[in-house]
Amino acid sequence: MELTGSQILLESLQKEGVDTVFGYPGGAVINIYDDLFDSPIEHVLTRHEQAAVHAADGYARCTGKVGVVIATSGPGATNTVTGIATAYMDSIPMVVITGQVPTPLIGNDAFQEADMCGITRPCTKHNFLVQDIKDLARTIKEAFYIARTGRPGPVLIDLPKDIQVTKYKFKYPDKVSLRGYKPTYTGNKRQISKAAKMLLDAKRPVFYVGGGINLSAANEELVKLTEMTQTPVTTTLMAMSGFPQDHALALGMLGMHGTFYANMAVTECDLLVAIGARFDDRVTGRIDAFAKKAKVIHIDIDPTSIKKNVAVDLPIVGDLKDVLSQLGAALAEKPDELQKLVSKTTEWRETVDEWKQKHPMAYKHSESTIKPQFVIEKVRELTEDDAIITTEVGQHQMWTAQFFQFRQPRTFLTSGGLGTMGYGLPAALGAQVAYPERQVVDISGDGSFQMNSQELATLVQYKLPVKIVILNNNYLGMVRQWQQMFFDKRYSQTVMELPIDFIKLAEAYGAAGLQCDKVGDVEATIKKALEIPGPVLMEFKISREENVLPMVPAGKGIHEMVLAS
Amino acid sequence: MKHTISVLVENEFGVLSRISGLFSGRGFNIESLSVAPTLEPNISRMTLVTRGDDRILEQINKQLNKLISTIKVVDFTGEQYVERELALIKVTAEADQRAEALRIVDIFRANVVDVTPKSYTVQITGAPAKIDGLIELLRPMGIKEIVRSGPIVMGRGAKGVTG
Repeated sequence: MELTGSQILLESLQKEGVDTVFGYPGGAVINIYDDLFDSPIEHVLTRHEQAAVHAADGYARCTGKVGVVIATSGPGATNTVTGIATAYMDSIPMVVITGQVPTPLIGNDAFQEADMCGITRPCTKHNFLVQDIKDLARTIKEAFYIARTGRPGPVLIDLPKDIQVTKYKFKYPDKVSLRGYKPTYTGNKRQISKAAKMLLDAKRPVFYVGGGINLSAANEELVKLTEMTQTPVTTTLMAMSGFPQDHALALGMLGMHGTFYANMAVTECDLLVAIGARFDDRVTGRIDAFAKKAKVIHIDIDPTSIKKNVAVDLPIVGDLKDVLSQLGAALAEKPDELQKLVSKTTEWRETVDEWKQKHPMAYKHSESTIKPQFVIEKVRELTEDDAIITTEVGQHQMWTAQFFQFRQPRTFLTSGGLGTMGYGLPAALGAQVAYPERQVVDISGDGSFQMNSQELATLVQYKLPVKIVILNNNYLGMVRQWQQMFFDKRYSQTVMELPIDFIKLAEAYGAAGLQCDKVGDVEATIKKALEIPGPVLMEFKISREENVLPMVPAGKGIHEMVLAS
Repeated sequence: MKHTISVLVENEFGVLSRISGLFSGRGFNIESLSVAPTLEPNISRMTLVTRGDDRILEQINKQLNKLISTIKVVDFTGEQYVERELALIKVTAEADQRAEALRIVDIFRANVVDVTPKSYTVQITGAPAKIDGLIELLRPMGIKEIVRSGPIVMGRGAKGVTG
């Protein structure tokens, strides 16, 4: 059967199991949108292409499925770039389809033309310009395969308008053959038995877990290995929901705003097992002071992550789910040695517990002003275990990572690598589309919120009951904190001089708005918001100059923290 | 340390920018680069010369391999290999200098491929050091123009590198 290019696209998406796409129409994708009109695929119209990408990203992060975006050529396509870069840095599977001017016009500076393959080359896992209708179905197949396999990531397909209307016989390929792309899933047996030995020989081991744990869905394997070996676990921002934070062996986050005990444990450990993490500079601080006393085992599916920033004693390339279960099995074969490990590391766990008691994650509660950490604790208390939390970027994001005790995988969606303000609201939108029945909360700051606040319209239009928590300090708080600590309190351009009436803003879009400026009303406000069936914006007027602590100043080792007094 | 690396890539739209963009984006050094299709028309072979310590070279190798369009990466450092470069050199050759220029060209087993009353265009192939040597000797006569291909390399022995 002969189909047009745009029909082939939509048929292929269905073959990939896509039932929802996020996007925004325009001239260069008008044919796709015409066919979409009759397609069973649901389309969610955001109010900005960047938001469409973040929504697809949020959808992908909480489901593990590939997020799909459609945007038009030129400005529509360039608007997707921040979203794509966000997904790339956090290894999120996504396929972005952008319209392109007709092939004869490419390179002519045509109306709404932008070289999207050129622009997105450094921020996609791969990209394609479809130049021939014959290649279209195969290209889509390859795009989805590349996006979801190995270390996942965004893939862009640039689809010229003339290809969209050209007819061709549709046959969706059964398999892909990419001779240059063969990710390694199975960990090397010999390396794994060496890892088992190193672990059994350790006196002060620590697991340092990154976002790969959720991507690989290896959460149960990790818990099993942790309990079997009684090893303390510290998680990166990307992995806060990857390991239950109420677990006795959980150390919380490490790095710049990590807990005292996580940073001390990493500094003092004699074996660091990096599990799907990439030694980001926000994690390591001064690199030559990081885990100096430790041998390092690094498990990652992406070989480039290994030995990029730190020397590694034992690299293992593979999928965490496979490697961790192999490692667990290798250890289970040696019950006596395992028992010995658990008893000889008792002292280490006691030391870690002493650190926990000495400097627990805490803040000074106030009865007169609302502390942001208090609001976050209350949100945790009042929401379900499987509530999905998104954040923007800044102080509120760090407080959420520090104080929200995540318990289930894929419940914390945040822009870790790129640090994109304006991520949280559209990501929450995407998560709510994926799970209409679950609670979805965007924890935000007043600065970040204004970067994609137009998405209130999308929430209302699609009846998506996302709850928004704005921790309003009328500052760009994180930058202000740096200015306070390192720039002599010169608050250059970080004071949000104009107080926004967020309640009226929410109401203008048809959402509910609740304001809270009293500590005693915090709980009632959250409860009320959770009871309202539609989207609700809650504005909490928080203590303005609250800081995120602990903090490792730039250029310092992670043991050199500024602690909360 | 200098490394000469061969990269077999899909001969497709934009592949050169993927490789060069990788080097510029990650701050890797690239001294020379030559590209052409192989026997299989859908595979191109790139030869590139780069510098860096072991850690950087390991990253270059891994990052090149990570590209979807890359089929194979071979770092020839520490291997036995033949290295050849082609250069064209337009040298001033007037009156009394013409004989001396030819003598030098002969010694290097180079060829004159274009002649005018005022110049010779010399073609030389060989290891880059040999070409450097010829250039040094011709330089005093006045080099008007020079173009070098960048080296290409092939491993010694019967085994071939293919996709």
